[in-house]
Amino acid sequence: MDKSNPVASAVKFRGGGFAPTPLRGVGALVFFALIAFAEFGTRSGFISALTLPRPSDVLLTFKELYTSGLLWKHLLPSLTRLAVGAALGVSAGICVGVAIGLFSLVRAGLVPVVAAIFPIPKIALLPLFVIWFGIDEGSKYALIAFGTFTPTVVATYGAVDNVDRTLIRMGQSFGLSWFSIVRKIVLPGAMPGILSGLRISLAIAIILLVAAEMLGAEYGIGAYILEAGALYDLERLFAGVVILSVIGVIVSATLGLLERRLLDWRT
Amino acid sequence: MEIRLEGVSHHYADMEVLRDITLDIPQGKIVCIVGPSGCGKSTLLRLIGGLEQATGGRILQVGDAPADCLNPLTYIFQDFALLPWRTVAGNVSLVLEDHGISGQQANKIIDDVLNRTNLQSFRHAWPRQLSGGMKQRVSIARALAVNPAVMLMDEPLSALDSQTRELLMDDLIGLWTATQFTAVYVTHNLAEAVRLGHHIVLLSRRPGRISDIISLDMPLNERHFGDPVLEAQQARLWTMMRDEARAADAELLHG
Repeated sequence: MDKSNPVASAVKFRGGGFAPTPLRGVGALVFFALIAFAEFGTRSGFISALTLPRPSDVLLTFKELYTSGLLWKHLLPSLTRLAVGAALGVSAGICVGVAIGLFSLVRAGLVPVVAAIFPIPKIALLPLFVIWFGIDEGSKYALIAFGTFTPTVVATYGAVDNVDRTLIRMGQSFGLSWFSIVRKIVLPGAMPGILSGLRISLAIAIILLVAAEMLGAEYGIGAYILEAGALYDLERLFAGVVILSVIGVIVSATLGLLERRLLDWRT
Repeated sequence: MEIRLEGVSHHYADMEVLRDITLDIPQGKIVCIVGPSGCGKSTLLRLIGGLEQATGGRILQVGDAPADCLNPLTYIFQDFALLPWRTVAGNVSLVLEDHGISGQQANKIIDDVLNRTNLQSFRHAWPRQLSGGMKQRVSIARALAVNPAVMLMDEPLSALDSQTRELLMDDLIGLWTATQFTAVYVTHNLAEAVRLGHHIVLLSRRPGRISDIISLDMPLNERHFGDPVLEAQQARLWTMMRDEARAADAELLHG
């Protein structure tokens, strides 16, 4: 190479990436593509009707459900069970989680207990709950409450543990009362963690809804799905499953809204 | 109100961090505590403010705090310690709420302290929107709001860049000239110590003992950046502690 006149070339770019950006409409497009594929497959015959119901048939079944008025008859009891059960489980879970986060004694006593009950499939306990709380709504509330309780506890005390200790020292140095420190520093500081725990807890609540309606439920989305499953009525089965998905999406969107309201200080 | 330390010593488990500290913090003066890293100067400040308990000796409050003082011993922290979920005004209001001060009365105090720290236009800003210097000003405003008898400043400018540090030093000198507050100012930065300290307490490396106390008579508002007298003092301080600092630097942490 000529030393007095070296060749100049552009510096090669090797940065960028690793930074997800929101893309609108892609999610909807994927949904649409999957459904279109199923519709096309079942119509052309390379997917047999026994493997997958035709999406348009599922839609028809859904329409039937709606016009017959049965939709609300199934939906309302399910939503009540979901709301009552999840409210009980989540509020108890937040209380216990905060207590574990704040008191060494509670932590030492309850963390092993929570670790022991977390992995139990709550469905297995349904017969027990029927004996304890009755075959009516009681056992259903209990199952959903119990299922949402443990993940909420774990998320909450993890969130409390992660609250910046210097903020707590600051509160003490200004002579804030214990109660003020918990209410104004610990709880808001733990809120992001509690809310992301809530996403998991509420998804589990929807999963358990079907299990809760296995015994002693005449109406309910879970009961509807189980009945359709027992009869191998795939259209009705899928109509029920779609309803659960929609509930899941609505719950998740509501939580997103709540996060934006409560955590507007973040970004 | 004054603070008196009598033979204060402190241990963490079997590690001795402070030994026999006897010191007076006179009213209306800024006492700077300097020393090599790990000499226990921040621990000393936590002991003075009652955030930790000394294992030996006594820390006394001499005389009563003024009647309108809400929190006699008030800290300013190195990392600002602002609640990110409260606005500037909300962060100041936090320390008033527990004293039953709210509404109009709180607003009056908040307006006053934000004025004194030139933060009026940031009243509704979130901490995340503020630069480091502005955050520390909020933290100073919050401290002023409780009308402290003694300010306990733990490396308040150490998290800031050197230009912001100069600006905040000028602010602090302005505040002191206006109200002559009492302060204990912990720093590892000798330039800050000679600019702000009426008395400079030099601690030895761990276990921290007082190795010297230097008094500077030059009025605070006459101390300026690059003043030859101050630079000479700073150089003198550095000569006194260089060997200690080198030894402290070569020490293994946690025994």
